[in-house]
Amino acid sequence: MGRIGVLFCFLLMLFGNHLRAGTITVCGSCEVKTIKEGVAVAVDFDTLLIKKGIYKEFNIQVNKPLAIIGENYPVIDGEDQGEIITVVSNNVTIDGLFIINVGTSYTADYAAIRVVRSENFLIQNVVLEKLFFGIYLEKSKNGKVYHNKIIGDAVDEYNSGNGIQLWYSQNIVVERNIVQHVRDGIYLEFSDNITIENNISSDNLRYGLHFMFSNDDIYKDNTFENNGAGVAVMFSKRIKMLGNTFRKNWGTASFGVLLKEINDADIIGNTFEENTVGISIEGSNRINYSKNNFIKNGWAVKVRGACYTNTFNHNNFLYNSFDLAYNSNLNDNIFDENFWSNYTGYDLDRNGTGDIPYRPVKLFSYIVNRTPETIILLRSLFMDIIDFSEKVSPVFTPDELVDSKPLMKKIK
Amino acid sequence: MPLRQYQPTTIMIKILKYSFYDLMRSRWSYVYFLFYLLLGFVLLFLNNELSKAVITLMNVIIVLVPLIGTIFGVMYYYNSKEFTELLLAQPIKRSSIFLGQYFGVAGSLTMSLVLGLGIPFTLYGLFQSNAIWDFSLLLITGAFLTLIFTAIAFNIALANENKIKGFGYAVLAWLFLAVIYDGLFLMTLIVFEEYPLDNLSLMATMSNPIDLSRTLILLKLDISALLGYTGAIFKQFFGTNLGLVMSIFMLFLWTIIPVWRLGYVAKRKDF
Repeated sequence: MGRIGVLFCFLLMLFGNHLRAGTITVCGSCEVKTIKEGVAVAVDFDTLLIKKGIYKEFNIQVNKPLAIIGENYPVIDGEDQGEIITVVSNNVTIDGLFIINVGTSYTADYAAIRVVRSENFLIQNVVLEKLFFGIYLEKSKNGKVYHNKIIGDAVDEYNSGNGIQLWYSQNIVVERNIVQHVRDGIYLEFSDNITIENNISSDNLRYGLHFMFSNDDIYKDNTFENNGAGVAVMFSKRIKMLGNTFRKNWGTASFGVLLKEINDADIIGNTFEENTVGISIEGSNRINYSKNNFIKNGWAVKVRGACYTNTFNHNNFLYNSFDLAYNSNLNDNIFDENFWSNYTGYDLDRNGTGDIPYRPVKLFSYIVNRTPETIILLRSLFMDIIDFSEKVSPVFTPDELVDSKPLMKKIK
Repeated sequence: MPLRQYQPTTIMIKILKYSFYDLMRSRWSYVYFLFYLLLGFVLLFLNNELSKAVITLMNVIIVLVPLIGTIFGVMYYYNSKEFTELLLAQPIKRSSIFLGQYFGVAGSLTMSLVLGLGIPFTLYGLFQSNAIWDFSLLLITGAFLTLIFTAIAFNIALANENKIKGFGYAVLAWLFLAVIYDGLFLMTLIVFEEYPLDNLSLMATMSNPIDLSRTLILLKLDISALLGYTGAIFKQFFGTNLGLVMSIFMLFLWTIIPVWRLGYVAKRKDF
């Protein structure tokens, strides 16, 4: 009830206010010609209706509860001068604007829309282009970022910003946004209880989604595609990643998801397709991986060390070059009842699980870890022969690292 | 009565035709063709996933095609030796005789492969799917491997009068290129792992037609894994079309050199 209730009350309040408060129209030939002027003359809970046109403005400070609504996408051109809209009041709505040319700076993080220490805001249907930072939420609460389109033109990491950035913010919903060609698509730091849902983050320079020190967050049904390094998840607790798609993150240091120091998370129902590494795990414990699809990745899962009590069950591992890479002989992780397309066993007792255990770590994967150039021998007859001999009597790969109940049929 | 003068190429084509039809009439060509036909149908019937079918096909093409090319080549050469000697007594260019026979064998083997695999895949709607390029690449590499290994087999047979010896060397050549080479390659990489090995490993791949074909297919199949390696040369090779162009060029070289040598040696050999 909590968050929906808040939103509902908030919307009710908004509409209620519409009845009482006035509407100020801003256009080239109106009485009020600029947005800044409009904000200045408006009283609390007014609506600023901005007509189609080009407004060359920056540093617009919204310091009272207003609804700023664009009609037919008015263009706000910052002319690379600096930040464009800064919200410093509660209960602000920004809807239907087209903001371009945010200033680039090496000392200040200029954003197209920045929300500072405010609550109950709503930013929706906004289109941002040629930006530095897109939507920047700073120490704010109970807001929603809905259905925006952010298209950057980032070339280098050092002089580009993030699409949607949350910093010390709580209870925020980020939903149905499209973020492309920025540094990090969605970036969270010290932000708890955030819901990130149905976003599409693609072609970004560094990460599609990047978060650190952000606990109790939910990531659901998002698509992350063709980002420089995929998605990085670090130093966070109790997060849930459900039904996301991670695709085509190719490169020497690319992965679908990088998990570093993540504890007690649920990773369920995601699809990892055609990444160099599906999931790269480092120092992450008690994570539940279930019902995920790993399809055609270079490595489906790469375990780099200090990972304990993770469970993998009911996942599909389909046509990956390597199902699992593992760099130690100690194993405390459980693989149970997964479907492995590389499994060659049989099921004589017809209970749906194979009669001989499956060993996801191949000797070749161990060799490639040691001497990376050997990757060129992938799928050669010689490698198949030594993999087979290792399968029969494991010497190099962890002895107990097996799926003792590999499924015979793919999980739908 | 003066002998009618034929152009050397006309005679080569005549001999090629003869060898080709001779093989077409023989049972083995059909067996080979039916084997691929059956394999194609079974693969497609068992896997609705095309990816898995392509992986299995790759294994077949890089292991079985060279083996069959080698054995067929040696067998055909020794079997038609009497006929060859008969032809040698005629005023015909020697290279025409041997090249004609070679292309006859290689051509019929290639045709069995392409038709045998092509028919089931076409019937299962290959032309509507986007796998057509991957599949064409598989067939092209298969055809190249047939040409290369038949040529190697002819070279070996030409050098050995003794059938058993010739057979032995031919199978050994296949075994070396298919398995032993990779073993030595791997050992080298592990022993010298402290040194930069990018160039070495790419060169070593280039100098073995089976590895080369495998790389060509890997570029389509496992590109995501290959791009995980950090070497700049690897990245250039795999990440751009350079790898594809280089590999195909090298396969051409691998075909031309043994074929040329076949003609060269045949001219000088004392029968």
